[in-house]
Amino acid sequence: MNVTINGAAYELPDGATVAHAVQALTQATSGIAVAVNDEVVTRGAWSSTPLTERDRVEVLTAVQGG
Amino acid sequence: MGTTATTATHEGGADELVIAGQKFSSRLIMGTGGAPSLEVLDQALAASGTELTTVAMRRLDPWQRGSVLDVLRARGIQVLPNTAGCFTAGEAVLTAKLAREALGTNWVKLEVISDERTLLPDPIETFDAAERLVADGFVVLPYIGDDPALARRLEQAGCAAVMPLGAPIGSGLGIRNPHNIELIVEAASVPVVLDAGIGTASDAALAMELGCDAVLLATAVTRAQHPELMAAAMRAAVEAGRLARLAGRIPRRRHAQASSPMTP
Repeated sequence: MNVTINGAAYELPDGATVAHAVQALTQATSGIAVAVNDEVVTRGAWSSTPLTERDRVEVLTAVQGG
Repeated sequence: MGTTATTATHEGGADELVIAGQKFSSRLIMGTGGAPSLEVLDQALAASGTELTTVAMRRLDPWQRGSVLDVLRARGIQVLPNTAGCFTAGEAVLTAKLAREALGTNWVKLEVISDERTLLPDPIETFDAAERLVADGFVVLPYIGDDPALARRLEQAGCAAVMPLGAPIGSGLGIRNPHNIELIVEAASVPVVLDAGIGTASDAALAMELGCDAVLLATAVTRAQHPELMAAAMRAAVEAGRLARLAGRIPRRRHAQASSPMTP
């Protein structure tokens, strides 16, 4: 299945979840948050939320700013 | 809050900043943007004495080493996520929700800008986002123009503070309309935080003398030639301006008033 993660194209196995998308970028689980198609997916739901074709996954963290 | 600033330090009471029921002994809120390194930022934050500091939310960079969050955590500084970079209420609400999920705080500096050239806050989108975030249980601190009418409307909408600009972000132009800042202070019953435009210590002192409850600044420190030194200057300026506000300045006069007896 083809999805985008932080704007880049990724191919993930069918049945992949939000947790798999996060693991494509980082092993960290704290200090980050995920939105799929502009909806927040809470940390506790990552491994139970399946992705579907062409989902847009955003993985965000805090950076210097303001 | 100007008229309620009665906890003068000479009365022995702690003169604390209170936002949404939370007390801070420092009235200097820092931003973290623009620092050349996390080490320089860490030294500046320590010298500033700040207890509340902003961060932005951005896409995770897998190659990034070291985090601004580690710096804040080690100093025991409360994190205040912002919605910098958002142009619409919808983007800002989503960013605030992601910050709450990532950082475990329901506080947010709401910042919705109108264009990249001026970075001036968009009042319509900001108000829309503020209403939605308040309804969702956020402690909302909106960054706004120096507009007393908008400040009042945002307070009525349930914002925990209002944060008018002195001048555009990063401009260092100081407080361009002190009269409007005074009008906002006079009418507000939530804390007023002067946010953006501070260039040097006297600007921060003036903000406090006008009756602001706190100052939020970043660039003036992080891009100073010596950030740690400027952070110490800002800390002293905010404290001096606060004391002067509580002390009550003398009225301005057109002519001299002798301070020594005029008779022999």
